[in-house]
Amino acid sequence: MREFINWMADPIRSFPVVCVLFFLMMKYYRIVGTKKFLYLALAFIIPTAIWFGSDPNFFTILILPDNIPIIILLVLVGYLQWFTLYKSAENDKRIEAGLCPIEGLPENREKVWCWPNLVYTELFCIIAATCFLVVWAIIFKAPLEEPANPTWAPNPAKAPWYFLGLQEMLVYFDPWMAGVVLPGVVVVGLIAIPYIDTNPKGNGYFTIMERPLAMWGFLFGWLVLWIYLIIVGTFLRGPNWTFYGPFEYWDYHKVVAEYNVNLSEFLWIKGLNTSMPQNMFLREILGIVVSLGYVFVLPPMMAASKFGKGMIEKIGNMRYYILVMLFLLMMSLPIKMVLRWLFSLKYIVALPELELNL
Amino acid sequence: MAAKGLADKVRETQVWKSIFRHGPPDNARNRAAVVAGNVFLHLHPIKLKKSGVQLGYTWCMGGLTFFIFLALTVSGVLLMFYYRPTAEYAFNDIIALREHVPLGIMREIHRWGAHAMVITTWLHMFRVFMTGSYKPPREFNWGVGVILLVLTLLLSFTGYLLPWDQLAIWAITVGANMAKATPFLGHGGPGAALAQIGDFVMVSDKNDVRFQLLAGRFVGEPALLRFYILHCVFIPLVVGTLIAVHFWRVRKDGGISAPL
Repeated sequence: MREFINWMADPIRSFPVVCVLFFLMMKYYRIVGTKKFLYLALAFIIPTAIWFGSDPNFFTILILPDNIPIIILLVLVGYLQWFTLYKSAENDKRIEAGLCPIEGLPENREKVWCWPNLVYTELFCIIAATCFLVVWAIIFKAPLEEPANPTWAPNPAKAPWYFLGLQEMLVYFDPWMAGVVLPGVVVVGLIAIPYIDTNPKGNGYFTIMERPLAMWGFLFGWLVLWIYLIIVGTFLRGPNWTFYGPFEYWDYHKVVAEYNVNLSEFLWIKGLNTSMPQNMFLREILGIVVSLGYVFVLPPMMAASKFGKGMIEKIGNMRYYILVMLFLLMMSLPIKMVLRWLFSLKYIVALPELELNL
Repeated sequence: MAAKGLADKVRETQVWKSIFRHGPPDNARNRAAVVAGNVFLHLHPIKLKKSGVQLGYTWCMGGLTFFIFLALTVSGVLLMFYYRPTAEYAFNDIIALREHVPLGIMREIHRWGAHAMVITTWLHMFRVFMTGSYKPPREFNWGVGVILLVLTLLLSFTGYLLPWDQLAIWAITVGANMAKATPFLGHGGPGAALAQIGDFVMVSDKNDVRFQLLAGRFVGEPALLRFYILHCVFIPLVVGTLIAVHFWRVRKDGGISAPL
C-alpha cells in the first residue's frame, strides 16, 4: 500500500489525478457542496492523515516547524473550498427557482450598526488570532540553522514555502520563465481580471452557475497550479530536487536517470536522420514556429470557432485576445509538464547561445 | 435612588469625558458618535449591510491580514532593539535573543505571524474572487489588493535573510538567481547577450538586476543591509500607504460587496 502511494504521488501520476478530481469537484459541486459529503470526506481524510503522519519518514518532514504553516493552509483551503461550493450550491438552487441569493435576502440587506455588530466581530477575531499566534509561538520555537556559510550549500536548497510552486516550475521551465515571466503574468493577469470579466452576475454572492468560466479558470490556477505545486515542492521534493514519495526516506544517493531531448533533436536526428544545422535559428525552426503559432496563430483560430465567436460578441476583441493570451500562458505549464512526461521533451526552443530556452 | 455603579462614576469624571465625547453606545446617536468620533474606528462605516458583518461571507480574512500586519509591526520594532544587520553580529544577536531574553516569544510571533499573513492574504483574495467582489465598481481596489499581495510576499522574502543562517542565505540565493535570469535585465537571461556594443557588455553580473537586489554578485553583507532596510523601512512604508488606499476605496466603492 505504501509502495503504491509512493508510486502514485509522483507528479506524472498525481497531477492527472488531481486534474480529474478538480474536474469532478467542479462538475458535481452540488453533491460535493453538501454537509453529508463533508462528513464523509472527513471520515476518510482524518484516518488517512493520521496514517500518513504515523510514518516516520513523512512525519519528519511534516513537523518541520517551517512546514506547519503549509498544513494550516491546506486545512483552511480544504474547508473554505468546500464552504464555497456549499454556499454556491445553496444559492444556485435558489436562483434556478427564481429566488434571489441568500446574501440578497431582505434580512441580510438590512443595515445594522457598526457598533456593536462589526466592532465585536472584529474584536472576537483579533482575540482568537492573538491566542492562536501566542500558542503557536510557545509550542514551536522559530528555527535557526547553522550560521550562514557561503561555501557550503544545503541540499535541497529550498525557497520559502510560498514560492515552492515557482521553484517546482523550474523542473519544467528555465528560470527566466519560471521565476520571472510566469510570475509576472500571474500578477498582471490577476490585476486584469476585473477588466476582462464583464459578466455582471455573481457580484456580492457565492455562485458557480452564473459565472462558470471565471470560477473554473481561477480555481484551476489556484488549486491545481498553485496549491498542488506547493504541496509537491514541500513534501515530495528532496535532495537535488528529486521526487520522493511521502513514505520514502530521503536518500541522498538516489539517482534518477533522465534523458530529456530537445524538440530540435527530435526533428533533425530522429525525424530526418541528419545532423543538426549550424545556424541556430534554422536548427530550432520547428520549435520557433510552434511557439509563435501557439501565441499568435492559435488565438485567431480559436476566435473563428463557435465558442470564440460567442466570446468576442460578449466581451469584444481586445478583452478576448488578452484573455486567451493569459489563458494560453497559464496552460503552457501543464502542457510542458505533459510533454515532459510523455516524450521526455526538454526544450521546445533551445537557444542556449541566447539563454533563450523554452 | 440606587447607588451609581463605579463605571457610571468613572464616566462622569472630567478625564473620561475629555477622552470620549459621547455617552455609552446604547442608543442610535451614541453608536454613530463612537464610530465617527474615534480615529481608529472611523475606518468603518457607521451602518453597514448585514452580510458585511457575517463571518460566513467575509471570513474576516481582510481584517485579520491587517491585524497581523500590525502585530508584525509591533513585534518587528521590538526585535529591532536587539538586532544589528551585519554579518558579524546578525546571527549572534538572534542567538542572544533566544538565550538571554526571558519569556521571549517575539521572534516566534514575528516568524509565524509572517507565515500567517501570507495565508490570510491568499485566503482574503480567494474569498473576494469567490464572491465576485472584484467586479465594478471595485476593479481598481482589486488591483491595489494584488499589489499588496506581492508586497506581502516581498516583505516575507526580505525578512527571510535577516537571521543570517544557512536557511536564510540559501533561500535568498535561490530567489536571487531567478533575478539573474530576467530577460534583458539579468546577465543570465535571454536577450542580455544582445546588449553588447563592441567589446562593451551592457548587462553583466556587476550591474544587472541581481546586482541591484543584492548589492553584489552573491548574498553577502551588503545584501543583508539592503534587505534589512527594505524589510524594516521601505516596503512597510509602501504597504502602509497602499493599505490606506485600499481601505479608503472599500468605503468609497460602496463598502463590502453585496448583491446589487
